[in-house]
Amino acid sequence: MNELYEILEDIIPEADYKTSTSLVKDGNLTSFELVRLVTQINDVFDLSIPSEEITPENFDSAEAMYRLIERLEGEE
Amino acid sequence: MAETILDYLETAVKRFPGRPAYRDDSCTYTFSEIHHLAGAIGSRLGALGRRGGPVAVLMEKGADLAAALLGVVSGGLCYCPIDVGMPKERIRQILSSLRPVAMIASEKLTGTAGMLYEACPVFSFEALCETEEDPLLLAEIRSRLEPADCLSILYTSGSTGVPKGVAGTHGAVINYLEWLDSRYAFGPEDVLGNQVPLHFAAANHDLYCPLRFGCSVYFIPPDAFMFPKQLVSLLNENRVTTVLWVPFALGMAAKLRAFEKERPEFLRYVFFIGEVMPVRQLNYWRSHIPEALYVNLYGCTETYICCFYEIRREFAEDETLPIGEPLTNVGVCLLKEDGSILLPKEEKSAEGELCVFGAAAEGSYYRDSDRTAEQFIRRKEILAGAAGEGILYRTGDLARFGAAGELIFCGRQDEQIKHLGYRIELGEIEAAARGIEGIEDCACVYDRKGERIMFCYEGAERSKKELSQALAGKLPRYMLPGKYVHVERLPRNANGKVDRGRIV
Repeated sequence: MNELYEILEDIIPEADYKTSTSLVKDGNLTSFELVRLVTQINDVFDLSIPSEEITPENFDSAEAMYRLIERLEGEE
Repeated sequence: MAETILDYLETAVKRFPGRPAYRDDSCTYTFSEIHHLAGAIGSRLGALGRRGGPVAVLMEKGADLAAALLGVVSGGLCYCPIDVGMPKERIRQILSSLRPVAMIASEKLTGTAGMLYEACPVFSFEALCETEEDPLLLAEIRSRLEPADCLSILYTSGSTGVPKGVAGTHGAVINYLEWLDSRYAFGPEDVLGNQVPLHFAAANHDLYCPLRFGCSVYFIPPDAFMFPKQLVSLLNENRVTTVLWVPFALGMAAKLRAFEKERPEFLRYVFFIGEVMPVRQLNYWRSHIPEALYVNLYGCTETYICCFYEIRREFAEDETLPIGEPLTNVGVCLLKEDGSILLPKEEKSAEGELCVFGAAAEGSYYRDSDRTAEQFIRRKEILAGAAGEGILYRTGDLARFGAAGELIFCGRQDEQIKHLGYRIELGEIEAAARGIEGIEDCACVYDRKGERIMFCYEGAERSKKELSQALAGKLPRYMLPGKYVHVERLPRNANGKVDRGRIV
């Protein structure tokens, strides 16, 4: 989780990314941040998030992102 | 031939009354409906008696906004769409420069609009639509409208910290659409998938293709661009046949590998404009949608779309896509440092400032004749045989001519950058930051590889969070730096000016 927080701190430092459950809805995560986020998650966690997993539900909170990462790691 | 946008509207409503023209996820307007809405809005605004004046429009993107803009034009006025997502301070700056004669806002924004600028009436869009049409007034306005009249005033980033307004004519947009008609086969069956915000000049393509060709435009919800699966479904459900997007939006689909499971099935034309399109990302699109024609368009707010290059051969990832050749009735030349002018047939490979003339040099800076005179210059060399009375618009872009006389973009002369498809003057970010307590001086540079703005500053060290929160109150989101670097001393040249070249 801390690795994910570090990525989020770098990309959206102005947002309450630890507690927010509406990062997409509130406009904290726009297309530009999302591309960087996906790229960095892929690099740091050595994953390749498939495009169909890039959904509002999976990116609206740090927790949802972490669940996605764990699930994808489990599949490998 | 049509002379103004209103002529297109009149023709379209006669030919395709019941066909859809503008659509978003909550409503669809047919040509007949849009004609009535524009007529109602135009009747009320026309009655103000402020012919030719600017009207600020504060609405979210969608079919209603399209109706509002056409209503302003029907009322004999010109429009300025305001990006309602911007910080209030920047909207206020724009409104005080624009001095609108009226404002249109969606119901929920009328209060805000009135607070941001008090010197003109604010109309709610919903109420304007209820106005009774005044056919005599509308016909009179239409008959007096000229191609050289101002259609829109669009604000773009200004290096001194204040956004600058660019006035564009009906004629420039008409010239583009007629060129489009001469080259491509658009018809009523086509559906455009809009990405570009309507306060961008490039959006004129999406706004006016329906009126010219009887096709429809579907305003794709902005969030959909983040989510590949949703985006592809929307393109297919709406049978989108043509897109004109900024390279960032196209690139995103490539970076997120959006077409692995499902791909857009109906695309025929893919246009892009606004910044350099990376070949790697273009190749992703071409490999998944090989049947579409890809066209690199070039232009800026001042010129509207003025050059094009059709991609008809393979490009390697390290190659640059040319910006090609000018549209009909547009001329290009390069202005060299010694003041001489280079035309396409002359010596190759010499770089110069890209200048355009003819139909692309009809614009001006709104209420800023000094700046207009600086950028729109009179040159007798181009008088012979060229339209536009020998006015050259200096784009500030550097270019050269390739072997076949095609234009190749080589970079910028100044501190303007293209980031996420937006045109940004780094000076505007610096001006905003100088107002933050503790920052003594600062300079921005663009990190092209990381696609982010780097902000270097002297003074008290602040956290990234503090700085980005402070700047977010003054600048649109896309202008926020991606990296903040505190330095003891910024590198300076002999005159004490910050030397950006040495920061990198």
